Amino acid sequence: MAIEQAGGLGLGPLGRLGMSPQPVSRESIEKKPRIRDAEKAVPSVCPYCAVGCSQLVYVKDKRIIDIEGNPASPINEGTLCPKGAATYQYVVNPNRVTTVRYRAPHSDRWEDRPLEWAMDRIATLIKETRDATFVERTPGGKLVNQTTAIATLGGATMDIEENYLIKKLFSGGLGLVSIENQARI
Amino acid sequence: MGSNMAENHPVGFRWPMKAREKGATIIHVDPRFTRTSASANLYVPIRSGSDIAFLGGLINYVLTHDKWFKEYVLAYTNASTIVSDGYVDAEDNGGLFSGYDPQSSTYDNASWAYAGQRDETLRDPRCVFQILKRHYARYTPEMVERVCGSPKDLFLQVAEVLTKNSGRERTSAICYAVGWTQLSYGAQIIRAAGILQLLLGNIGRPGGGIMALRGHASIQGSTDVPTLFDMLPGYLPHPAAFKDDTLEKYNRESGVRGGYWSNLPKFMVSLLKAWYGDAATEANEYGYQWIPKLTGDHSHVSTSAAMADGKVKGFIVFGQNPANGSPHAGLQRKALTELDWLVALDLYETETAAFWYAAPEGWKPADIKTEVFLLPTAGPGEKEGTFTNTQRLLQYHDKAVDPPADTRSDLWFLYHLGRRLKDLYRDSTDPRDQGLLNLTWDYLPDRPDPEWRITDEPSAEKVLMEVNGYTVADHQQLPDYERLKDDGSTACGVWIYSGVFPAPGQNMARRRNRSPDNYVNPEWGFAWPGNRRILYNRASADPAGKPWSERKKYVWWDAAAGSWTGIDVPDFPAKKAPDTPAKGQGTGLDLHSGSDPFTLKADGRGWLFAPSGLKDGPLPTHYEPLESPVSNALYKRQDSPVAQRFPRKDNAISAPGDPRYPYVVTTYRVTEQYTSGAMSRWNSWLSELMPEMFAEISPELATEKGIENLDWVVVSTPRNQIECKALVTRRMRPFRHNGKVIHEIGLPYHWGYQGLVKGAMANDLVALSEEPNVFIQEDKALTCNLRKGRLR
Repeated sequence: MAIEQAGGLGLGPLGRLGMSPQPVSRESIEKKPRIRDAEKAVPSVCPYCAVGCSQLVYVKDKRIIDIEGNPASPINEGTLCPKGAATYQYVVNPNRVTTVRYRAPHSDRWEDRPLEWAMDRIATLIKETRDATFVERTPGGKLVNQTTAIATLGGATMDIEENYLIKKLFSGGLGLVSIENQARI
Repeated sequence: MGSNMAENHPVGFRWPMKAREKGATIIHVDPRFTRTSASANLYVPIRSGSDIAFLGGLINYVLTHDKWFKEYVLAYTNASTIVSDGYVDAEDNGGLFSGYDPQSSTYDNASWAYAGQRDETLRDPRCVFQILKRHYARYTPEMVERVCGSPKDLFLQVAEVLTKNSGRERTSAICYAVGWTQLSYGAQIIRAAGILQLLLGNIGRPGGGIMALRGHASIQGSTDVPTLFDMLPGYLPHPAAFKDDTLEKYNRESGVRGGYWSNLPKFMVSLLKAWYGDAATEANEYGYQWIPKLTGDHSHVSTSAAMADGKVKGFIVFGQNPANGSPHAGLQRKALTELDWLVALDLYETETAAFWYAAPEGWKPADIKTEVFLLPTAGPGEKEGTFTNTQRLLQYHDKAVDPPADTRSDLWFLYHLGRRLKDLYRDSTDPRDQGLLNLTWDYLPDRPDPEWRITDEPSAEKVLMEVNGYTVADHQQLPDYERLKDDGSTACGVWIYSGVFPAPGQNMARRRNRSPDNYVNPEWGFAWPGNRRILYNRASADPAGKPWSERKKYVWWDAAAGSWTGIDVPDFPAKKAPDTPAKGQGTGLDLHSGSDPFTLKADGRGWLFAPSGLKDGPLPTHYEPLESPVSNALYKRQDSPVAQRFPRKDNAISAPGDPRYPYVVTTYRVTEQYTSGAMSRWNSWLSELMPEMFAEISPELATEKGIENLDWVVVSTPRNQIECKALVTRRMRPFRHNGKVIHEIGLPYHWGYQGLVKGAMANDLVALSEEPNVFIQEDKALTCNLRKGRLR
């Protein structure tokens, strides 16, 4: 909405109540919403608490330019709390890690490593640990097909599709039993 | 109660505030005067951990003042059910129920069982109603004041408001959060709320219920799906070694003859078909033996203890931060040093990822063997998928942009890790590897979306379609869970979610339509089960199927059409008339009459008394927290007889009344930060709003200890000690327990040693412990000491 249409800055009836010259700086006049030039607004859901406020992710030139509340949602009707309103900086943030960091045993530093290398290395470590610790039967002879030497933790901040694959791969595929997340806390 | 909704679920709290504008009364019962208290009509202080005494007092008030909703209670609860002759109540046994074995600290619940008859007059001394009356008879307003420190007149105001606002014309809701669950009897507090709401007729009705205010975007989803050790998807028990040898035995023993859970074999076989595909056959028990069997407690707390002892070698952490977010955080960090390898997936370098050089213990990296990977992950707007919110609502979020550089979705990590592992094992003929090799794992999109740079991103919708379920023979999506079979002809990943993707291209979680004429908004997202927004909503109508009142009309029996109808999906067999008699034999819902609304319960009734399902008693009973400055004023038994304490050198728990730790400490969150801070303390806006760790202290305690506002203080427990600034405030107040003054201290737990703003970790003070039903630690009521000054 253009400032002139809002009727508040000098042109509307209230504007004429002020002293002359207008106490509105050029900066104020030139201010515009961050989302003005967005090419699209993509529906999303707030990543913080479990109320499930709907958000709109505003995109320009394949970059996120802002994240705001979605007025269409019956849950939040466009509103967000301080955390939800700060979602933009959760994603667009210079402190964010964007490459794989690797710390070798006993090393005192992080090293950047290629993603594919890390994926191969992690798969190999899982296989080695699983093979070395897998228990088919208890001493009493009960079939258990499990390992307690690898554990996973997490899921409450993630999609249900991701949670489903964690349980399927690590429990149904690999025999891990300690699969847990924040819901336990 | 047990929640600071205004602070922690601010946008959700907008609706109670709107209700207040329309005349609703908001009551807040909490140890601290918080933003919620400030917005409430009535604030009632309560000593941390004494919630069962308070709720028991309300139950007693309802019973002794004859304020219970008679038609509802008689028809819809087990009030009239006679309990076994062998049952002995905690009232008659020093706080212990019959069946307790002090050797193993467990209950055998055989004596809590139903005897098999009902007494509709409710006069039989062994009927649930009479047992309930006796159990809570001593929970008087005076006792509430003595035990909870809640002034009697305020307690009575709560009782009056609640009972006046319940019945045919009106309903009341109870909201809770981790202020209830993070206690060694948390499940029993929620049970107490359940008893109260059933007595008042507030379950299954609009404006009623018990609302769990959950703290993470999809923590409900991660409970449903779940990433928890003791369950398979859709609340199926995870098979245990000591009893579930075969699928047949598992199905027989886990299933229940009466009620909807009698269908459990259908859910289980369909899950196995979803996981193992064509390799799951009747001959091999549909792959049942590939599912690992539990050999004990594999919960997060137990696993942390095992890890600290060097028994866990590898650890994968998805968007979580145990190094400061889990109980006994110092032990958690020590446990990380015992690992061979750690994989942390996050957007930021968390305390968990950085433990080897940044932990406050000051370890030398050269002494730490752990191989550490920090994999950068995608954030909001950078991937698509589903969150399940706190009201069981599945909402899909779309992808707006590619994640930057080497960041990937967790779905990408899981899919490609699984693909690699299958490849590493591809030549194995070892039976132990066949589960992995047979795992269905086909999630790449049929053709990559040309809009995105990352072309090997798996399709979240393909996963959701498997979660929904399909027919095996012709791979048709299932419309709902009613179609599931136990003969291997259907596959379904999460039975309670069935219906979310009933046909290709029909992602119900992605629906975003408002319904101006229906406040339920049934076309916004998809609520499990079957898009029902209120569970057990058959109870919103009377036994004859008519709404209890026009004002509270929700679902009802349409005799002309011969079906249930209403503004929500009826949570009842659609064509089962209200006057349908229960069949004397058979299984499942046949055993329920047309007026038994609680379809998942074996007897179709709401349980005032729980004959099974809980490890710590059939009725909520007041115990003190594991650490308490006082003795139990109601029973000889001090604390939960079955909670786990983890007796180990590094996990000392203070004895009741230990003079070295005279104060109560409780932990909490603030609006501007988020749990361990991994999602908020790298954010300059949020860090500026709430930059520093503090301890909330009452003026009375501050005077006693010579502490002034903003002074440094040290808070200590037998596990650890931390330093932070004192925030002296009247929001905290001393309590009286049986006349003795009890001071409480409040600690937020958002800070750590990473991020833009750093500070002491409240979780360093917490002990490892477990509530017996759900294995959650107790951190809402600990004892501590306090002094003015710095650590060193």
